[in-house]
Amino acid sequence: MNFKTLTIASARRALDAKEYSALELTDAYLKNIAARDGGIHAYLEVWESAARAEARAADERIACGGSHPLTGIPLAVKDNILIEGRVASAASKLLENYRATYDATVIKKLKAQGAVFLGRTNMDEFAMGSSTEHSAFGPTKNPRDPSRVPGGSSGGSAAAVAADLALAALGSDTGGSIRQPAALTGIVGLKPTYGAVSRFGLISFASSLDQIGPLTKTVGDAKMLFDSIRGQDENDSTTLPERPENVEKPRVIGTPRDFLKEGTEPDVLVRFEETLAKLRARGYEIRDIEMPNLSYALAVYYILAPAEASTNLARYDGIRYGLSVPADSIQEVYTKTRGAGFGREVRRRILLGTFVLSAGYADAYYRRARAVQNAIRQEFARAFDPSTDGVDAIATPTTPAPAFKFGAKSDPLAMYAEDIFSTSANIAGTPAISVPMGAVVRDGADLPVGLQLIAPQGGEETLFKIGADVESA
Amino acid sequence: MFMSEPKVDVRALAVLAHIEVRGAELEKLEQEIPNILAFVETIQKADISADTPAPELRNVMRDDGEPHESGMYTERLLAQAPARKGDRIAVKQVISREKS
Repeated sequence: MNFKTLTIASARRALDAKEYSALELTDAYLKNIAARDGGIHAYLEVWESAARAEARAADERIACGGSHPLTGIPLAVKDNILIEGRVASAASKLLENYRATYDATVIKKLKAQGAVFLGRTNMDEFAMGSSTEHSAFGPTKNPRDPSRVPGGSSGGSAAAVAADLALAALGSDTGGSIRQPAALTGIVGLKPTYGAVSRFGLISFASSLDQIGPLTKTVGDAKMLFDSIRGQDENDSTTLPERPENVEKPRVIGTPRDFLKEGTEPDVLVRFEETLAKLRARGYEIRDIEMPNLSYALAVYYILAPAEASTNLARYDGIRYGLSVPADSIQEVYTKTRGAGFGREVRRRILLGTFVLSAGYADAYYRRARAVQNAIRQEFARAFDPSTDGVDAIATPTTPAPAFKFGAKSDPLAMYAEDIFSTSANIAGTPAISVPMGAVVRDGADLPVGLQLIAPQGGEETLFKIGADVESA
Repeated sequence: MFMSEPKVDVRALAVLAHIEVRGAELEKLEQEIPNILAFVETIQKADISADTPAPELRNVMRDDGEPHESGMYTERLLAQAPARKGDRIAVKQVISREKS
């Protein structure tokens, strides 16, 4: 098999045509992992024998002619998604030995199709970060240039797909954690509409923003994986019923050019304009739009996300599961367990979240951020409004720059700035995809960059259509 | 409405958040957290006159009743507990009697 051209779709055809077996496919990926993951560290754990057993079971299903889209497809799973009986640590010392007591809904759906799980992938601890440098178990390297980060927080999942250590992967995206690593490693990443995919069994970070989504080599694969995990779930009350899909061909793409000038590196803007020109050549109208509140999205995010994290992570107390540091009093068990178990970035965000929610400051920070969040949502609604000749999608670069070197963003604010273009989709609850748009050169290395497309809520099909046109342009 | 420089008592926040923070890290956080707050304060300049639409989902609750058979997860959950006593998670005494 040729890994360069292998996709979920082409593997599906080959498996069903018995050109190779699911076991052979899984073995090929396990071989890649054994040969190359030592230098990349995409995985925290590889489940070799279980993956082979799942592949054999998939072969039996295929032999009976009962295959689903993902039967026998080897996948990697971010370390914050629960698989019953498996360790799910969120790359934290606090959950280093925690074994999941149930399957996440997305895992249940993938198991029902007979997908193969190769292992769990590295990430920034509790999904807080943009580089995997905040993992308690050491960073992942970017397969395109090992001196650089793969992005994050789903950096292990992105690196696994980019280096052919998995055919596709699951990640989670709270402020860009699927799209940014996808852009920095040259693959496709989708953050679905808030409520499209169940988060039951996802280790919570900021529940009003978290979504699970696919990281894949092609837009078509992202659609296949998204279609397999989406749907309303009685165990996640925020999931929405499926709506009739918008089948009309998207025609108008808006771009907030004023906003993009802030801090985007010049050659990234060149790739962006070239990609828009290709879309124009394919019949799209490219229109400048004004979204003045977009520039507040990052600040809103760094109030809401830490606030929610500080309450969500209160559950890690050393009493019911996870790390427990012995101490004389129960108070000390809490403080010592959380002090020893959480890494620096997680502690920083919990303290920040505690501050913005504290009496006397909650109005000025948390409630004000909620109000600005509403203003941003309204701005998106206006931009997409068909009754006022709105656009079908909004385009930006996924990140202002390509992958950076390890240690280059030790100042937290510099790291947070990575999310400048990605947080608005989480804040507005809209779907967004990152699709490769070529490369820029740094220190002699070709480094991929991504085009971000944002659609109205429920508009994933629009993203897949435009994304496929970007791919083939 | 612009705020005056917020005074951030990191030690007090750490107590509220039940996190032990010590020495050099405490000093670093005393600089970093005000820096982050100075950045996020830019939202004070945003126009928030937009109407808030009613949310699509409200008070989504499951029906009353037993979600599953009692005890079916007991062993699985207790296997993850740091300390157990029979079918319970063992917890340190919460309230202690002051010795006179």
